[in-house]
This record gives sequence, C-alpha cells and structure tokens, in this order.
Amino acid sequence: MFDTDELVINMGPQHPSTHGVLRVVLKLDGERVVDSDVVIGYLHRGIEKLSENRDWTQIILLTDRMDYVAAATNNLGYCETVEKLMSLEVPRRARYIRTILAELQRIASHCLWLGTHAMDIGAMTVFLYAFRERELILDLFEEYCGARLTYNSMRIGGLPLDISPGWDKKVREFCTIMDEKVDDYEQLLTNNRIWLERTRQVGVISGPEAVAIGLSGPALRGSGVARDLRKDEPYAAYDEFEFDIPLGGAGDTYDRYLVRLEEFRQSVRIVRQALDGLPSGPIIGKVPRLIKPPAGETYHAIEAPKGEIGYFIVSDGKSTNPYRFRVRPPSFCNLQALPRLIKGHLVADVVALIGSLDIVLGEVDR
Amino acid sequence: MLDTVVIPLLKILILLNGVLIAVTYMVLLERKVIAWVQVRLGPMRVGPYGILQPIADAVKLMVKEDITPTRADKWVFTAAPIIVIVPALIVFAVIPFGDQVDLFGRTVSLYVTDINVGLLYIVSVASIGVYGIILGGWASNSKYPLLASLRASAQLISYEVAVTMTLVSLIVVAGSLSMVQIVRAQQDAHVWFVFLQPVAFVLYFIGGLAETNRAPFDLPEAEQELTGGFHTEYSGMRFALFFLAEYANMIVVSAVATTLFWGGWLRPFPSIQVAPLAWLGLVPGWIWFLAKTFVFLYVFLWVRATLPRYRYDQLMRLGWKVLIPLAIANLIVTGFVKVLL
Amino acid sequence: MAEAIAFYALSVLILGFAILVVSTRNTVHSVLFLVLNFLCVAALYVTLGAEFLAVIQVLVYAGGIVVLYLFVVMLVNLKRPPETHQDPRRQTLTGFVLAGLVLGELVAIAVYSALPPTPTGGVASVQGGNVERVGYALYVDYLIPFEVASMLLLVAMIGAIVLAKKEL
Repeated sequence: MFDTDELVINMGPQHPSTHGVLRVVLKLDGERVVDSDVVIGYLHRGIEKLSENRDWTQIILLTDRMDYVAAATNNLGYCETVEKLMSLEVPRRARYIRTILAELQRIASHCLWLGTHAMDIGAMTVFLYAFRERELILDLFEEYCGARLTYNSMRIGGLPLDISPGWDKKVREFCTIMDEKVDDYEQLLTNNRIWLERTRQVGVISGPEAVAIGLSGPALRGSGVARDLRKDEPYAAYDEFEFDIPLGGAGDTYDRYLVRLEEFRQSVRIVRQALDGLPSGPIIGKVPRLIKPPAGETYHAIEAPKGEIGYFIVSDGKSTNPYRFRVRPPSFCNLQALPRLIKGHLVADVVALIGSLDIVLGEVDR
Repeated sequence: MLDTVVIPLLKILILLNGVLIAVTYMVLLERKVIAWVQVRLGPMRVGPYGILQPIADAVKLMVKEDITPTRADKWVFTAAPIIVIVPALIVFAVIPFGDQVDLFGRTVSLYVTDINVGLLYIVSVASIGVYGIILGGWASNSKYPLLASLRASAQLISYEVAVTMTLVSLIVVAGSLSMVQIVRAQQDAHVWFVFLQPVAFVLYFIGGLAETNRAPFDLPEAEQELTGGFHTEYSGMRFALFFLAEYANMIVVSAVATTLFWGGWLRPFPSIQVAPLAWLGLVPGWIWFLAKTFVFLYVFLWVRATLPRYRYDQLMRLGWKVLIPLAIANLIVTGFVKVLL
Repeated sequence: MAEAIAFYALSVLILGFAILVVSTRNTVHSVLFLVLNFLCVAALYVTLGAEFLAVIQVLVYAGGIVVLYLFVVMLVNLKRPPETHQDPRRQTLTGFVLAGLVLGELVAIAVYSALPPTPTGGVASVQGGNVERVGYALYVDYLIPFEVASMLLLVAMIGAIVLAKKEL
C-alpha cells in the first residue's frame, strides 16, 4: 500500500562505536538493516610495503603498529616466522617468557574488547573496570620493556631482555587479581537480563559458515569450531601447558562473549603454569650479527587474541630485507563476516556486532 | 495583594531558581556518583572536589558558538529546546514540597498552587515536552537526529500510556487528583501508598526511567549508536536547554514518586505517636521530601552506572506487552479491592 | 470583565491559529499551529472552570493525537501534492458542501441552546470538583452511550489493525 524509502546512513568513519575509522554504509528500512557495505582503508599506512624496505630487525617495530592493542603477539608471530625461515633454535626460557607475554597480551586485548563491547551495548561501568585491569598489564609490560603500548618486546631468536627480579611475583599477584575481576565482570553482565536480550540470537553464524567466511579466533570458536593454533599447531611453549579451549554453541554474540571471558581464565592458567616452570638459561639463541635468511618462503601463523595472525615472508637470500612481506590479519578476515552478520538486525545490533568481532582498524588497514 | 500576587511570585522565583540550581548540581552529582561507581574521582579541578564545576559548565555553554545547520528549519530548530524546557519547569508548580508553615507570622504553603487536577496536570504538561524532541530531531535536517527523534517519540508515547495507566490505580486508592490531597490521604490512611500499591510504584519508576530517556532506556540519545541522539546538531545554550530539561524531568519523576508513593512531606510512620519516634517529627516536612526525592535521584544514577541499554524493539515490547498489561491488571485488582472493602 | 478579555483574546488566538493551520505551506508548521490551537482551546476551558476538560484536552489532543499526525507528516514525503488536489473544481465543490454542513450544524446548535435548559438530575446533585462531575456524567448518567462509543472505537481500532497488518 505504501512505498517506503530506504534510508542510507554512513556509520563512521567518525562514529563513537566503529572502533576507530571503520565506515559502514547502512541501508535502513526503519531501523532494520537491509544492506550494508563495509568501507575500510582510512588507516592504511602501507606497513607491508614499508617492511620490504626495512631490515629484518626493524620490521619488529612495524608489527607493533598493526594490532596496537596486542603488540607483543604481533612481535611473536613475526619473530617466529623469521626463525622458521632461518631454522633458528630459540632457548626454552625465551619461549616461556614469550608465552607469558603473549598470554598477558591476550588478557589486555580482551580487556579492551570487553570494555568497548560492553560500552557499545550501554554498560559503561564495565569499560572502566576492564581498563583498570588492562592498566595493570601495561604496568607489567612497562616494567619488562619500558613501553606501554608498542613494545618492540621480542627479537629474532629470542628476547631483548630478561625479566627483572621480582617481575614474576608481580605477574602472580596480577593473576590473583584477574581471577577475581573476571568474576566481577560476569556478575555485571553474564546473567543480566538486558545483556542477554541484547546479545542472544544476535548475529548468529553457524560453524561451517564461519569457516567458509574465514573467521578465526574467538569469533570462530563461538560458533563451536574447535580451532586454536595454540593446540593445533603449538608454537612458543604452548605444547608444555595444560589449558582448555572454550567453545560456544549457538554462534551468537553471547557465545562469543562467553568464549572470550573463559579465555581470560585460561590465559591466567597458562601464565601461572609458565611462571611455575620457568627454566633458567639464555634468553636469546645463536643469532648471526647480520640477519640474512636463506632464499625461500614461509608462512607461519599464531593465535592472536583476535584470531589467527599469519605472516607470509619471502626472502631472496641476498638482501637484508624481505623480498615480499604479507600479513594475514585476523581483524581484516573477521570483518568480512560483518555484512553477513548485521543483515536483518537493528542499528543497535550493528554496534554490538562490530564489538563482538573485536576488530582493530590498525590491523585491518595496516 | 500580598497574598494573591507577591507571595506566589516570590514562591515561583525561589522555586525556579532552586530547580535550576538543583539541575546543574544534579549534573555534577551524576558525574561524581558514576565516577565513584567506576573507581574514578570525577570532576576535581574547579573548586574543592569540583563543586564549582556546574558554574564552569554553565559559563562554557553560554559562551559557546550557537550553530544552526545550514539547511535546518530555523524557527522550529530554535523553538524545540524551548518546548522541551518549559513543560519541564512548569510542572513544579503543583509539586508540594511541604505542608503549611509559619513564616514571619503568616502561614505559607510550601507549594505554588494546589489545583484540583494536579496529577493530571503533571501528566499532560509533561506530554507536551515530546514535541521538542521530535521537532529538534526533525528540524536539524540530519539523519541520525531524525532516527533518534523517531525513537524518542515512539518511546515517550508508549510509556506515557503505561505510566498514566499505573497512576490511575493510585488515584483510585487516594481518591483525589490533587497532589496535596494525595499526601493528606496517606496521612489519613496511616501508611505510605507504596505499601498499598507496590506494583504501581515499580511500574511507575520503570516508566519514569523511560520517560526521562534515562538508562537503560536512553535509546534516543544512545551515543554509541546514534552519535548523540536528537540533539546531535545542537550546540551552546540550546543544547544546554535539552540537557537541563532531562535532569529537571528526572527531578519531577522523583518528586512525583515521593509525593504519590512515599508520603511526600510526611515522616516515616506518619501517625504513630510514640516516644522513640518523636525525633522523626522534629525534622521539618520539606527536608523529608527532599531527602526522599534525593534517594530516587540517586537510584536513577545508580541504574545508569549498572545496566546495559535496551534495544528499540525490546523497549517497545517491554512497554506494550509487559508494563501496560500489568498496569491494567493492577488497576482491575485495585478496583475490586476498593469495591469489596 | 477579566473573563471577557480572556475569552476574546483566546478566541482571536484560536481563530488565528486555525487560519494558520490551513494556510501555512509547510506541513510540519501547520501541525505545530494545530498544537497551539489546541492549547488555546484548553486555556479557554480553564476560563470556563472546566480544568479537567482542559487537562484532558492537552493530554489527549495536544500531547497524544497530534504527535501521531506529526509522525505521519514527517515520514511521508509531501513535496508532491496528491492527484486529487489537482482538480480545482472538485476541491471547491467539496469545500462548499462541507462548509454548508458546518453552517447547518452551527445553526442547529444555536437554536438548541436558545431553548430553555432541561433540568438534569444526577449531575447537579453531585458535590465536589469537576472531575467528580465528569465522572458521574460519564459513568452514571450516560453510561450506555459511553460504553457504546468505546465499543465503536474498539471496533474501529481492530478494523484499522486488520487493514494495516499484512499478515495476521
């Protein structure tokens, strides 16, 4: 009887909850999303191309700037790729400390995710609580390497620094605090009726579909697919620790939320085990003064907080910089699912789903 | 002359200024309370513990550039904030802050006026405020404000129905629409009406949260979704008027809840005259009133700091499918009880 | 004296706003003038001592119904006039017929109100404010017409829902 016009609105690149400079063009029928178009590239700095003109050690610094809320994980992935290319042996102590750093980083990244995700859905107190705990991790990192956000905390073949005396004790204290705080978050949200209504059955994606789209990390595990590189293709020292991989069932926003919350606990568990078994020894292996990997190519992926971060590196064996450098960033690949997830939902769900995918635009655009 | 003109004018003057000061300090209180909930300090720079912050805010808002978007409807754009603030302030006319008191040898009542249809007056004047919100969003000629203003008007109309329905059962108990008479009725009944109408109180408070656009029903100004809501395009003093109106409405809802359900200016146990409770009677009525109102205002802030936000369709469902049926059921039960007793 | 001044001032305002409602080109402005018109009518009720009616006028008409008008006006694109308005003759004819009907109604009311008032039993005997009086009038004296009217509204509402909803 009536013709309705679709309303086209631009969500972003300046919008409080597109987590940076994401732009989503929404076609709305009332408040319902009929169609959407994700526009990226506002934060493109050409990190991959830049890397092809830097020597191998300098690139570590650039990897910090991709997922800037999980810089240590990026460092780890890159260093391990080069080590694989050069067939370098990394000392056990270095691998343990790397694991601790990576897991602390996972907690920090998930804190930021939890805070912003809850904030997007309107629970603003959780934001400050989560940032309070993230602050503790930043302090730990600061004590370890002097930086709070872009750490440059690893070296090819090992670590630049050993942990300072007493640092492990502080990490243990943090673990105790974190255990309590995760329960606090859960009390505020997990059984909250409004939270349940806002997240359950929102953005449902089945396991096979998630695999087809290329989701990884908690977004994939929320749909019940048991894929975790820490278990499937162990790196660093993960094969030596016991931990569980939380899985979701329905594949909705609530499941992704539960998976990440459980990952807080599992990360704390891994950190504790690593501290208990921390071996002594050198922190860097036998690395040549001039790093020049032999000609060849390799792909190596690790489990970043947001999903699978993979590095594809080609070395020509002659120059001191990579011939080709390419990153498979989890945020970028997970973002592909967004149009599929938000279709048919309301504007309010769009922000919930952007938060639920946990993207960082620095990594999407690189 | 003195009784018909001067004293009412004085009362209006004091009330308006009092409300405006209360509103600005309400903003500070909100920032402080939420900061404390979130283990922060809140404003600390302007004056000791930030107590002069509202003044700084007011000065800032007044000297800010007042922007009208190029293709906005100028008249409506200007009128909208005024339409919002005026009803928010004039409803205070019928709110009884206390009973009669003796002041400088003459009896003065602590309310501007007591009209026969006081409660309906509040409901109807408050219903005018929604125009400012719709028109503000429409006149801005911008998409996000338009979406927000549609949300706001749908929300306000729905919850107005629920709240009014709820109040009817209270009117049945009180037997009057006059705010002063309702408080007196509670004295005669020896009990605050919240104990006779607990369901109505809960419904009223939820509806009040929704009608003032407060969390968890703050969808019309959901910053994370609509970048600020219907007042996105407003700046300076015109924005401040929207802001003031929201807080003034919170005070109205709290004051009405106090008057209708929590005995207004009456002390606890209003008609029990025993020695251990005598000290309660020493506190003047208006202090009881303000204290009770303050408690509700605090709950507003507390809720905002704790709960996530509802989604638009869930909000409408809650309004139409839960609150209104409950309000009607409550009314029917109240009616039966009233007839049978 | 004061009452007369208030009455005439309000009447001028009411008529003025009514003219503006039909003469303004911008539909939203026109709806706004309608609100002002209703508010002035409410004020007129107050001068007549019918506070209850005044408050209900504001609550129902100004606060409720016109908001819905505004919704429709804002959502429907009215830049292009509907086809029926294109034929000026048809419009004039309808206008004259309607005007004639209204005139007839006004005359009828004038004649009726000139007759001596019939004594009303129930209403006059009730003491108290005008809320009580309206209550008695609606629920005691005119209970059946009131209920019939509400049934009529209910039926109209259900009819509208049936027409508007695509799938039931």
